[in-house]
Amino acid sequence: MIVAERKPFEEIKALVKDFNRVLTVGCGTCVAVCLAGGEKEVGILNTELTIARKVDGNPIELGGVTVERQCDMEFLDELDGMIDQYDALISLACGAGIQFLAERFPDKPVLPGVNTTFIGANRDVGWYEEKCRACGNCCLGLTGGICPVTMCAKSLFNGPCGGTNHESCEISPDQPCAWHMIYERLSKQNRLDSIIEIFPPNDWLNTTPRTIVQPAYKERKAAR
Amino acid sequence: MDALKSGSRLEKVLKAGHFAFTGECGPPKGANVSHLKEKLAHLKGVVDAVNITDNQTAVVRMSSLAASAIMVGENLEPNYQLVCRDRNRLAIMSDILGAYSLGIRNILCLSGDHQKFGNHPEAKNVYDIDSMQLIALVKKMRDEGVFPNGEEIDEPPRLFIGAACNPFADPFEYRVYRLANKIKAGADFIQTQCIYNMDKFREFMKMAVDMGLCEKCYILAGVTPMKSVRMAQYMAAQVPGMDVPEALINRLKAAGKGNYAKEGIKIALEQIEEFKEMEGVAGVHLMAIEWEHRVPEIAEQANVLPRPEV
Repeated sequence: MIVAERKPFEEIKALVKDFNRVLTVGCGTCVAVCLAGGEKEVGILNTELTIARKVDGNPIELGGVTVERQCDMEFLDELDGMIDQYDALISLACGAGIQFLAERFPDKPVLPGVNTTFIGANRDVGWYEEKCRACGNCCLGLTGGICPVTMCAKSLFNGPCGGTNHESCEISPDQPCAWHMIYERLSKQNRLDSIIEIFPPNDWLNTTPRTIVQPAYKERKAAR
Repeated sequence: MDALKSGSRLEKVLKAGHFAFTGECGPPKGANVSHLKEKLAHLKGVVDAVNITDNQTAVVRMSSLAASAIMVGENLEPNYQLVCRDRNRLAIMSDILGAYSLGIRNILCLSGDHQKFGNHPEAKNVYDIDSMQLIALVKKMRDEGVFPNGEEIDEPPRLFIGAACNPFADPFEYRVYRLANKIKAGADFIQTQCIYNMDKFREFMKMAVDMGLCEKCYILAGVTPMKSVRMAQYMAAQVPGMDVPEALINRLKAAGKGNYAKEGIKIALEQIEEFKEMEGVAGVHLMAIEWEHRVPEIAEQANVLPRPEV
């Protein structure tokens, strides 16, 4: 899933300082799971903002709504008719959701309430780890299901650098060395052969905005 | 290894079967050319080539390319270090061509220390290619005379290709295969991480010899004399991938206050003596960190002077 973190309160407060009627829009999918931008977080943020603005002697009128997914236009339709009464929107969705919301309501300032942080996995309640950089050329089949692009601080493709600190990465004792893990796992699977070959330079596909249209939907896109 | 690949002094020394002796010098944190020249002067005639570090520990310094070119002007041979952290493949290739055109003949291909350790930890790193791919890239440019896209190079860079190897970092069993890959990718010579754990290094070299790696590539053993007990303790505890045995720290301590540096040099000299006889070791790379002025006396005592005429 996509993992986000709520922005520091003072930053959000500064973003809305010129607005008196603001709608906070949560997202019920990834950011709700990672406790950053779901229904509960919409309520918390609005309470904090209400109190802070009252203390400042500049009260703010806030609304809150959480849609199923902000990265899907059809779920944004339910906001029609609601938007007009607000000067601005705060989106607690990931960067994709924020941009779709801004595109759907281009006359309204849409302000981010979270920092989209990574594609990750849920290790435990409230504990998320980055796992994928969406490089576009998955090599997990050769590296024992451990991504060197994401998990190695230098995104090395050809084994551990000289900074491996026992089983940790040189950047921190808390960060396992990706290539140490890859070696250990492949060794147990008797598949070390796959990292004995030299990996050629990667074809980085994440350097331009990407669009995917599944073959069955190509005509549909052409018709739009 | 028939015809010369680069014609560098280092290549000629190694090819003639002499025991190579290389040094190291960090460029200044500024544009102070006279300070650089002063440091280099200590190494003249004392070593076969001098590694010029590339923003080592991710701290910004004068570029290794410029410092290497200055060194060429001083009639000293640089071993130009190039890291993958700060530049993509376009910049790397243009720097390689630039280096060759400025008279640089040795290159050391490195990944580079992570920027988190440096003085601009908020920087974005590049790592478009890694050190293995960099070695292969230089070899392709040199031997095939083409860029990776197949376009011809108008006068290919004839460089003697070096790489690093840390026999002490985990996983130990994999390190020799990684060394084999670097040689397969195109490394002509290897400079190892600073060696303190001699038992482990002997074991590593035995594996390298048994795999026939030392017939395909020259291995230079890395030596850094300890200046103090504190330095030894710091390296043992704080420098990732460094293996400093407790016995070495105790030996330094036993030398007593005021004698640490002398004892550190003595240990280094004993190591160099052993490397001269060790199967598969073709020379020593002396990394006397900010101790360039002590290199002449170390070379003298190590009996590696005068350097051979080639």
